[in-house]
Amino acid sequence: MANFYKDNEALKHYLTHPMMEKIVALKERDYADAEKYDYAPFDYADAQDSYDKVLEIVGEICGDIIAENAEEVDHTGPRVENNRVIYAEGTARNLDACRKAGLMGMAMPRRLGGLNFPITPYIMAADIVSRADAGFENLWGLQDCAETIYEFADEDQKQRYIPRVCAGETMSMDLTEPDAGSDLQSVMLKASQKEDGSWVLNGVKRFITNGDSDIHLVLARSEEGTKDGRGLSMFIYDKRNGGVNVRRIENKMGIKGSPTCELTYKDAPAELVGSRRLGLIKYVMALMNGARLGIAAQSVGLSEAAYREALGYAKERCQFGKPIIEFPAVSEILSVMKAKLDATRALLYACSRYVDVYKIYDDIAKERKLSVEERKEAKEFSKLADAFTPLAKGLSSEFCNQNAYDAIQIHGGSGFMKDYACERIYRDARITSIYEGTTQLQVVAAIRHVTTGTYLNWINSHLEGEFNPADQAVVAKLKAMAEKYAAAVEAVTAVGDTKYLDFMARRLVEMAGYSVMSILLLEDAARNDMFRRSLNVFVNFAEAEVEKHAAFIAKCAPEQLNNYLYSQD
Amino acid sequence: MSLNIIVLAKQVPDTRNVGKDAMKEDGTINRAALPAIFNPEDLNALEQALKLKEQYPGSKVTLLSMGPARAAEIIREGMYRGADGGIVLSDRAFAGSDTLATSYALSAAVAKIGQYDLIIGGRQAIDGDTAQVGPQIAEKLHLPQVTYAEDIIEVKDGKALVKRRIESGVETVRTPIPAVITVNGSAAPCRPRNAKFVQKYKYAAVPSEVAADPAKKDLIEKRPYLNIGEWSAQYVDADLNQCGLAGSPTKVKQIENVVFTAKDARRVENNDQEIETLIKELIANHTIG
Repeated sequence: MANFYKDNEALKHYLTHPMMEKIVALKERDYADAEKYDYAPFDYADAQDSYDKVLEIVGEICGDIIAENAEEVDHTGPRVENNRVIYAEGTARNLDACRKAGLMGMAMPRRLGGLNFPITPYIMAADIVSRADAGFENLWGLQDCAETIYEFADEDQKQRYIPRVCAGETMSMDLTEPDAGSDLQSVMLKASQKEDGSWVLNGVKRFITNGDSDIHLVLARSEEGTKDGRGLSMFIYDKRNGGVNVRRIENKMGIKGSPTCELTYKDAPAELVGSRRLGLIKYVMALMNGARLGIAAQSVGLSEAAYREALGYAKERCQFGKPIIEFPAVSEILSVMKAKLDATRALLYACSRYVDVYKIYDDIAKERKLSVEERKEAKEFSKLADAFTPLAKGLSSEFCNQNAYDAIQIHGGSGFMKDYACERIYRDARITSIYEGTTQLQVVAAIRHVTTGTYLNWINSHLEGEFNPADQAVVAKLKAMAEKYAAAVEAVTAVGDTKYLDFMARRLVEMAGYSVMSILLLEDAARNDMFRRSLNVFVNFAEAEVEKHAAFIAKCAPEQLNNYLYSQD
Repeated sequence: MSLNIIVLAKQVPDTRNVGKDAMKEDGTINRAALPAIFNPEDLNALEQALKLKEQYPGSKVTLLSMGPARAAEIIREGMYRGADGGIVLSDRAFAGSDTLATSYALSAAVAKIGQYDLIIGGRQAIDGDTAQVGPQIAEKLHLPQVTYAEDIIEVKDGKALVKRRIESGVETVRTPIPAVITVNGSAAPCRPRNAKFVQKYKYAAVPSEVAADPAKKDLIEKRPYLNIGEWSAQYVDADLNQCGLAGSPTKVKQIENVVFTAKDARRVENNDQEIETLIKELIANHTIG
């Protein structure tokens, strides 16, 4: 009888963020659907009420069904029979519940069978599902792929595929190959065009999450003789046509309910999406950005689960005659866990709001010409989304790993046993800082916003506003942190050596992130006192981390770089 | 083939969360002290109806609940899961009904609905635990009944095929329709609320709720599917002498904890003679009557 939405006040706080009124009005085109669809909202309050009620369904399913099944799913996992994946029984029950509750294709427009939710409440659902079972979130969250079809496929393809996703068919994105992981330019799966113009796929894919899905998005080499990303195109493969088999599934450390497949394509019929050669450079990049936001949500959900497990245990477990939570050594760990959780959630939803604004404008631009002001705004938010997505993915996945580690630490020896959920959370968390681009690759994506000043401008403009007199001390700390960050950026870029910049990049990106998260928490605390404790704890933590990075950058001169480099011989 | 299905549902106090002020001094339930929920086995019944609706497209599922106007809450809950609409049978004249008066009122409402192929309800409600209302409705409407159902497998050629839970296992029976089927808690759990239905039906209301919140009036006039019926005793042509306290021979004399001591089970064959012997025996030892 648990409800993972209702028991988490922070979610409602972000759902009702002041920026949401504008996002919802844009998404709903001033509530024009209300006349056409009996489930469309007629004003902002009605839309908010609907999001609230739908998230309540998500919370109930997660609390009563998905979380209850998580342990069994982790232990049994999926299997392969006759080249097909058979989900664990609990996974099948979870999917059935999500389908019946209409939680597939949540962000798709109503005309294609979706709920037309903005990204923010959809990501909130992902946050809730991940807390219940991060492995299941992968299967459910792959509905993201419908977004790529919606953005880039032709109308006929949208009409044929998206309603199926909304009705509950699952998806996969078939990108990785044995020799093309982080480096997707090396994809070799071959797409050949037949005389009648249709395409077939041949080759192998590896590490494909939910690889036996109903509808696949496949990255393949359509231009014979090419070697780089410009020879790759995006295809849809429909399982109903046959031609793709599951050779095996991986035996993984975590997210065990989510089948990770090796696929063989043998003359598998496929449809081209959009234009040839844009597969990687345009479509996969867009797909990846959506997926990274999804992993950020997964990380926050896992952090939430880790924190709750740790808190519950610390309150119950007695040593030396009292609950261990009463010992400062334990309560400090818990306080920092909570601060990291709240900080990354603040970052996640700031990011999702930015993504919402620019994506909705992109969509409106297909219907009518945007005004000059709208275009300017769309561009600004697109840049912010681009800057915040790697920050959110990188930092929330790292923090969720730290929280999972600390959750076990709080459990002591018991946490090392299979008896407590914290060990599953620990294993599940580990992949978040690896897939959809490792933390190191998030840094690569984020560093240009360090050097071009996107983060610093954002930080400075947010510190210019009016603050509550009671917050002045925190604001002063944040201003000092921003100055240290600006000075460090200045010092590193002044050297003018890209290797040195790459070497220091992670520190600079983290410094930006700590300032951004602190400011977001300050703004949240102004709206809701429940964030005040996390604000204070996080600012202490962030200040010390910024100092640490600043000191390292100041002391580690470019001459020292050689100590950290390897050459092939 | 499409079916007209009536699902009997009751709003009950959540007896899984009972506090010390759950009962009034006169032995009746203090409803104010308990949250009201959809009776769990009625949810199992609803799932069977919704499953049949999927199996036989075009079928219509109507919820029927006797209770105060507040019972519209569970009608909405049912609509969120896929029911087409519902009726609250609500009248002061029904207050204090025992199972006999309840089944009388509900059967009058069912007769008023008129068109039905199946009447499905939960085996029993968690507040009364009698399991009498379903069977009594069947008797009053002169319909066949299947109790302890776990799965209504199919409806074909005027007959329903039903799997039912019995003491020693399961039994599959066929009954002519219309029929009353009461569903056991071991049947499939009810599906969750559906996101589209919740958004579609969240403003559905009975007339007395609309009267209390006039803002809803325009919306409901524009969207007739948001109307939940609110039927009175007079509307269903009920004889007031058979309703409420007047129609209820059951009176609570006192409440006591009973601990069953008998351990042996006895099997009674399913024929009139053995049942009659058992009833006589139970009357003689004052277990019933």
